[in-house]
Amino acid sequence: MPEHTPADHRTMIEISRVTRSYGAFKALDDASLTIREGEFFSLLGPSGCGKTTLLRMIAGFDNPTSGTIAVDGQPMDGIPANRRPTNMVFQSYAIFPHLNVEQNVAYGLKRLRLGAAEEKRRVEEALAQVSLTGLGKRGATELSGGQRQRVALARALVMRPKVLLLDEPLSALDKKLREQMQVELRRLQQAVGITFILVTHDQYEALAMSDRIAVMFGGRIAQVASPKEIYQRPVNRQVADFLGGMNFVKAEIVEENGASLVVDTLGFGRVRTDKPAAFVRNGKAATLGIRPERLRVLWDDAKAKFEVAGRVVERHYFGEITHLIVEIPGLENPLSVTETNDFGADDIPVGAPIRLAYDPDALVAMAD
Amino acid sequence: MTALRKIFARWLPVYAGLYIVFLYLPVVFLPIFSLNTAVTPKFPLEGLTLKWYEELPNTPALLDAAWNSLVVGIAAAILSTVLGICAARAITRYRFPGRRTINGLIMAPLVLPEIIVAVSMLLVILQMGLDLSLMTVVLGHVLVCIPYSLTVLTSGFEGFDRSLEEASADLGETAFGTFRRVTLPMVTPAIISSLLVSFTISLDEFIMAFFLTGTKPTLPIYIWGQLRFAAKLPGVLALGTLLLVGSFLLLTIAELLRRRAARRSQNTGGAFA
Ligand SMILES: Nc1ncnc2c1ncn2[C@@H]1O[C@H](COP(=O)(O)OP(=O)(O)OP(=O)(O)O)[C@@H](O)[C@H]1O
Ligand SMILES: [Mg+2]
Repeated sequence: MPEHTPADHRTMIEISRVTRSYGAFKALDDASLTIREGEFFSLLGPSGCGKTTLLRMIAGFDNPTSGTIAVDGQPMDGIPANRRPTNMVFQSYAIFPHLNVEQNVAYGLKRLRLGAAEEKRRVEEALAQVSLTGLGKRGATELSGGQRQRVALARALVMRPKVLLLDEPLSALDKKLREQMQVELRRLQQAVGITFILVTHDQYEALAMSDRIAVMFGGRIAQVASPKEIYQRPVNRQVADFLGGMNFVKAEIVEENGASLVVDTLGFGRVRTDKPAAFVRNGKAATLGIRPERLRVLWDDAKAKFEVAGRVVERHYFGEITHLIVEIPGLENPLSVTETNDFGADDIPVGAPIRLAYDPDALVAMAD
Repeated sequence: MTALRKIFARWLPVYAGLYIVFLYLPVVFLPIFSLNTAVTPKFPLEGLTLKWYEELPNTPALLDAAWNSLVVGIAAAILSTVLGICAARAITRYRFPGRRTINGLIMAPLVLPEIIVAVSMLLVILQMGLDLSLMTVVLGHVLVCIPYSLTVLTSGFEGFDRSLEEASADLGETAFGTFRRVTLPMVTPAIISSLLVSFTISLDEFIMAFFLTGTKPTLPIYIWGQLRFAAKLPGVLALGTLLLVGSFLLLTIAELLRRRAARRSQNTGGAFA
């Protein structure tokens, strides 16, 4: 676990065995999850995997068919959305069109009867947090997409919730603004210390912002771990594939003990790797994965302790990197390799013989 | 082909001009002759006068008819708007089987021959043993007004993002509070617009009123009755002019409100709204 994970903090959200069925179809299937106080947690998965369903049940807009959700130790069964200590930033932002920015942000405060001065102070503070100072009198219909997103954020933050829920808050923004907002959102979360739960289908967004990520497929949670762990040690091929390119190599288990695995492969020979925590043996067959950037081109006479040799069959140029497709004798699929262009990978001719160095630690074993 | 098209292109503006004259000339004659000193509507005008307008308040039968129309109009407007709200909400909010069919059935009176609908209603009302009265006129007018109410209200409710109500609940507001602070302010312009449109339609409606009214005439019925007496014509023209101006004003306000409501509900969020 990386050190910035607030691992020592107490549990903020406890999701136990939650299922949400629509008739025979399970939008969410027996999901269990613990989210810690002050954590930036992401729900990552392809469209339709049940991310929004889970988020809406935490917010109280929907109820589990079975299972329970507890927020800060309190079971949420039967508690409606307006009495939960959570606030949401909607995918559509849901800015009240008949109110101006200030009135939007103050909407939830009105019920708290703080007094005009205190209310104004909190609104100003929230607007400052999202860099909207001075736009308080703007009409809701006179805002850009990025500004709307900030108003939605301020309106939720001003309530000082225990948990802030964000449903794809950045997906409507263009690429540049989105990247800028990722940084800002992460900074804001660290400043206010509130637990954030972010729903996204963008793996880079999840990797860049989160303390921990839950990867979901078809209503099930496949893996919960830190971004690094998820990227480097995916529990199965589906997770590996969803988080960027991965080469898969057929392997056969020859030895398995507490912490390590020894497998035989055709291209990489006999390899000893760490056994992932979630590894469940399924016969003798297994799969080894290696990320394209963990294979390095060996130039001229350079030697490496671990290397494979093959032939370049395709080359794709991407500016700062080059993407090579390399055939290795014995492997049924060619390997993808990404190499930076500082040494001239963009000039390697197609058809040339090539040697690739790798680190056995970069080989991750997955149950088949 | 192109030659034909050229002829079309040349004569189309002329046609359009004639069409508009034909459509609106009578409307222009109405106020002009209502100011004429002579009883017969003929050019050249004899002289200008406001006496026909001044006589209007001194005609008790006319005042009665106006009062009847007002009562019927208000009742029909409220009823058709309330029913319209229910239908518009269902149609814009929920997806249910037969949604299109029901929408079509509600809109049908718009295209059915009104006289047929009026006669059918008369038969039904007599069958049910009801007496003809202003009440039955209201029923008939509701039927005629609902398609308009529904159109105005649907355009106001459409795009009303459901997440607005969820956002309100999320921020701690109760169901009633949400209705008061979010739903109502957003749909009020459309509702007022529907009330105005229905009222205006009811005010000028003749056929339904003709068949369904008992002994109490509405304004259009009164006007029709007056046409038998040539001497009463200028008074009728003056009254018609007033109705025309009033209707025009009400419909303009209604349309402005409808546009405002539609604009509001379309601008709720980002690209996903
Ligand atoms: N009211 C409903 N009735 C039936 N099925 C539903 C309903 N709501 C959601 N579903 C189904 O549940 C599944 C999960 O939906 P959900 O909205 O949680 O997906 P998601 O992961 O948020 O996807 P996206 O990235 O597209 O927003 C989908 O297959 C969806 O079709
Ligand atoms: Mg979703």
